[in-house]
Amino acid sequence: MRKVSIPRRIFVVLNTLFMVLISLICVLPFLHVVFASLSLPQQVQLHQGILLWPIGFNLESYKLVFSKDTLMTGYGVTLFVTFVGTFLSMLLSCFGAYVLSKRGVLLNKIFLRLITITMFISGGMIPFYLLVDSIGLNGSLWALILPYCMSTWNMMVMRSSFRALPESIEESAHIDGASELTILFRIVLPLSVPVLAVMVMFYALNYWNSWFPASLFIRKRDMYPLQLLMREILMMDEGALNSTVGTGSEINAMGTDEVGAQNYVELLKYTTIVVSTLPIMCVYPFLQKYFVTGILVGSLKE
Amino acid sequence: MAQKAPTTNTAEIRPIKKTSFSAIIKRDFKKHWQLYLIMLPVLAWYLTFCYGPLYGLAAAFQRFNVRKGIAGSPWIGLKNFVDFFESFYFTRVLGNTLRLNLMDLIFAWPSSILFALLLNEIGNSKFKRTVQTMTYLPHFISTVVVCGLIVDFSAVNGVFNDVIGALGGTRISLLTKSNLFTPIYVLSNIWAGMGYGSIIYLAAIGGINSELYEAAMLDGAGRLRQTWHVTLPGLMPTIVTMLIMRIGNILNVGYEKILLLMNDANREAAEVISTFVYQKGLVEASYGYSTAVGLFNSIICLIFLVLANTISRKFSETSLW
Repeated sequence: MRKVSIPRRIFVVLNTLFMVLISLICVLPFLHVVFASLSLPQQVQLHQGILLWPIGFNLESYKLVFSKDTLMTGYGVTLFVTFVGTFLSMLLSCFGAYVLSKRGVLLNKIFLRLITITMFISGGMIPFYLLVDSIGLNGSLWALILPYCMSTWNMMVMRSSFRALPESIEESAHIDGASELTILFRIVLPLSVPVLAVMVMFYALNYWNSWFPASLFIRKRDMYPLQLLMREILMMDEGALNSTVGTGSEINAMGTDEVGAQNYVELLKYTTIVVSTLPIMCVYPFLQKYFVTGILVGSLKE
Repeated sequence: MAQKAPTTNTAEIRPIKKTSFSAIIKRDFKKHWQLYLIMLPVLAWYLTFCYGPLYGLAAAFQRFNVRKGIAGSPWIGLKNFVDFFESFYFTRVLGNTLRLNLMDLIFAWPSSILFALLLNEIGNSKFKRTVQTMTYLPHFISTVVVCGLIVDFSAVNGVFNDVIGALGGTRISLLTKSNLFTPIYVLSNIWAGMGYGSIIYLAAIGGINSELYEAAMLDGAGRLRQTWHVTLPGLMPTIVTMLIMRIGNILNVGYEKILLLMNDANREAAEVISTFVYQKGLVEASYGYSTAVGLFNSIICLIFLVLANTISRKFSETSLW
């Protein structure tokens, strides 16, 4: 065993403490929210600092959130956009990545150039908005999917991953008379599961978390995705807030005075955060081990 | 293999005889038509949603009218740009954009590198992985929720003010103070991006040849000198590549975050070019003007990107193209 010097030991201890501190700073805000959503609202208001456990115990707010039609349709819209969008994104990205991964295709150089240029040059927000408007997507849920369904970065990551597969397998399939689509779906994709898993997660997260496109293109309140409703609740946009969460009887249930209403809104904030973030929190730890693969493959330069 | 050889030979001799360009294309198309068919929807998407808006940039030089479109709107040359340069908002939004970005570049951007170096010193792999899981988390939370937390925590009765109160300060609503907007923006960027941003550097550190460390150790280098002479040089290409890309985004501020955190009290410190484009174009519907402002933004970014890339190619041999 090598002897460990004293300054090194001090460094290791400090570094470990620092890491613990950073990790806590990253996670405690979310725990605070979870605990606050489970607590009695009056006591949350009085409490100072971060909550480390729920004060009192109360599931009332969850009952309220799940009984709200607006929030539930928002949930539905987000689920629709996430599922359909991710499917479409993956389909197109696989197509693009597969073709671009092929060697000896004459037009691939042009395709590649056309596509990579778009990573650096874009029309900007306004021409983009006008374009989506002019092709008639404005006001439809497809406006949240179609214009956003490709990520050049993701496609390039998939391309590098497909390219790393041994050419001989595909070649022998060719000789057996398999069509390109068969080779893609039967051979290439099954061999690329880890990278596909990361890509599905990246795309799905993007759709799940997006609010800005909806604020541009969606007018009808019953088509608002979850994140847009969340913005109203979290940013305390008063007028809109009332139509989202309603006033009157529910608030009276929490307390008849203004303080009661305030408490109610506070609690609702925390609960909606939990409800909208929980799916991510559940899936995330299982996929974490794949991140490095996903990001690393993309950073390999050819 | 021996059987295949003659057929490839004859196949290759024929086009050499013709050598015409169209023959090459014809042969390629015959062999790859399926691939081109598969590529078609992808190309259609890029042409529509990436190249379509480029055509719309023409509106920057027009008094644009939605009903008349690009073809029917009157051309007014550079008037939109001149209007922007001469407006009261020009110095404000440009100044805010540069300030927020520079602070982010100086404090938030290197935090990932530093974090990766420190995390790399952790020996226990289980602990390391736990730290990674916890620090990547904020990246996956939506901007709306992150900003909601910021708003909630910086309110008068929020957590930040509980700390200020405990330290004997007076409670203030932090987001209404325009001089606090930059620190809030940068700190929250560090919080949300430091862990996740470190992945790429950790991977690069993992790729450094371990013999280099052994050689350095034999030469009597301690941990600090190993980091300085082996790890950092090994990380340099990654750092430079990331820096070039970051500089190419010098005028692109996370506008979603700013839109969510901006209020009337902090607007003067928070309004940046992209939120100004949003305000003028999508709220006030002056499309030509806002397209011009957006185009100005893109051009400056492109110039910075090309400059950074050229400089880097000259001095470090790392470049994007």
